Amino acid sequence: MAVEAPPTHAETLAPPRRRKIPPAILLIAPSVVFMALLLGWPVIQGILQAFRDENGFTLDFVARMVQDPYFWPAVRNTLLLIVVMIPLQFALAIGMALMLRTNPRLHKVHFFVWAIPLALSDLAAGLVWLAIFNDRGYLNSILSWFGIEGGSWLAYDNQASMFMCVLIAELWRATSLVLIIVVAGLQGIPKDYDEAAQVFGATFWQRLRHVTLPLLKPSLQVALILRTILAFQTFAVAQALTGQNFPLVVGETYRWYTGLQNPNVAAALALVILVVSMLTSIFYLRALRDKNQGGLR
Amino acid sequence: MSTPVDTTPIARQKRNRFLLQAACIAVSLFMLVPIYLISLAALSTRDSLNQFPLSLLPTNLSVETLNAFLGSTGIFGALGNSLIVGLGTLLLAAVIGVPAGYALARYTFKGKDPYQLFLLFTRALPIVVLSVPLARLFLTVDIYDTTYAVILLHTALALPTTILISASVFLSVPIDVEEAARLFGCTPLGAFARVVLPMALPGLAAASIFTFVMSWNEVLGASILTLDHRTLPAQVLSSLSDSPLAYRFAGGFALVIPSIIFIALMRRYLTNMWGSTIR
Repeated sequence: MAVEAPPTHAETLAPPRRRKIPPAILLIAPSVVFMALLLGWPVIQGILQAFRDENGFTLDFVARMVQDPYFWPAVRNTLLLIVVMIPLQFALAIGMALMLRTNPRLHKVHFFVWAIPLALSDLAAGLVWLAIFNDRGYLNSILSWFGIEGGSWLAYDNQASMFMCVLIAELWRATSLVLIIVVAGLQGIPKDYDEAAQVFGATFWQRLRHVTLPLLKPSLQVALILRTILAFQTFAVAQALTGQNFPLVVGETYRWYTGLQNPNVAAALALVILVVSMLTSIFYLRALRDKNQGGLR
Repeated sequence: MSTPVDTTPIARQKRNRFLLQAACIAVSLFMLVPIYLISLAALSTRDSLNQFPLSLLPTNLSVETLNAFLGSTGIFGALGNSLIVGLGTLLLAAVIGVPAGYALARYTFKGKDPYQLFLLFTRALPIVVLSVPLARLFLTVDIYDTTYAVILLHTALALPTTILISASVFLSVPIDVEEAARLFGCTPLGAFARVVLPMALPGLAAASIFTFVMSWNEVLGASILTLDHRTLPAQVLSSLSDSPLAYRFAGGFALVIPSIIFIALMRRYLTNMWGSTIR
């Protein structure tokens, strides 16, 4: 960390009277120490734990992880969930934000309702949708009124419907995070641009494509990175809805740690998530960088 | 020569307006109906939950299920632990994070950019990566299975957000008022305490509520770091596989209610907070 760099005197408030540690360094020092201890140290330990046993370096744990019959389904499910969910979520959130911008009737109430899931834990979301999707739940009850026999949506041999259930629950819970970021981004864009385009006769889609979305890009980028990283960590929704029947990588980590009592393999799985999230953020930051604007953040 | 007035644009606008309202209501229903249903499930009698098809109207309301949930072992303790952990996280994150946020907002210093990048980078750390090694560390220093352990983990997770949000809050306090206080003879600390802090307090409070919510909702780390002193989500998670449906619904309901209150409290700050954190 470059924070311990030699003290400088570039302050905006009072010029320093004596040569001593600048106040800014003193102010951030506790946070740096704290995070180095509680974030940096565990990451290093995690790497060691995954690749080392009593006799030194080993790939045994990685091998056990890969050979586990749940590993590849977990990886596949996690990736599939991200690939399907993120575009849906962004389309939905941008649509919702644009609807709010037109100030419909009761827009404050709508905004409040749409923001509620923001504060909702994924476990709660999973349990909420469990009440709907379980065999004798509300969905099958409604279907039975229409004389349709519902299915066992969460049965373990029904991977497709389990995926749909987890997807819907995650869409319900996590779209509001994207919504808040997009709404905040929209507030930062003067309406003039949109109105100017309107005056020149641009259609709604043209304005969206060429005016609003480019201006929203920084916000969308942040939301995209944040949501993708969090999506890799999807856990409790699937856990509450399906138990182990719909394995996800984080759920597998939890199972190896608590159920199978093997912290080393759990650490190896955790590293898979870490590496993939890091690579994804770097990919997004590069792919979405605007050449004219230089660094976007 | 009078041409008939073309009313189609107005009609189209009216129709669009109507469709827009309908779409808003549809989204609101999508958000609200599940919450209504979990409340209904949690407030129904056990018998009525066993019926099929389930009634969609609140006909058999009772707090029997909820009482059974609250009465089951560990739930009240877990509720208390959740509160302690949430408040502890809020305090610790504020004590460590607010000064750092102030430094980011008011000073330029070498290493500022790497520091900010480091903060963003830490958001990519999955909780499992942290909690498995931390469990070992906490075992050796003998605070494993305590609320302190969970407070430390949650603070570490919340700290980057707290720092970035409080930096944006301090940025919105004009620097002039601080300089004016200094001219009138305040020390830097005095100017901060008497002028800046009161102006920043509402925003900082919103950030703190957000920290509390993060801690309240976090499941995985809390379940890995504790056995007998679990927070509410961790307790519900660990008893998930061997509990009846009614218990799970009551648990879900108990977790949903606070979030509605949280959002109601911080409604006004939601977009401000995120808007300025990003830039």
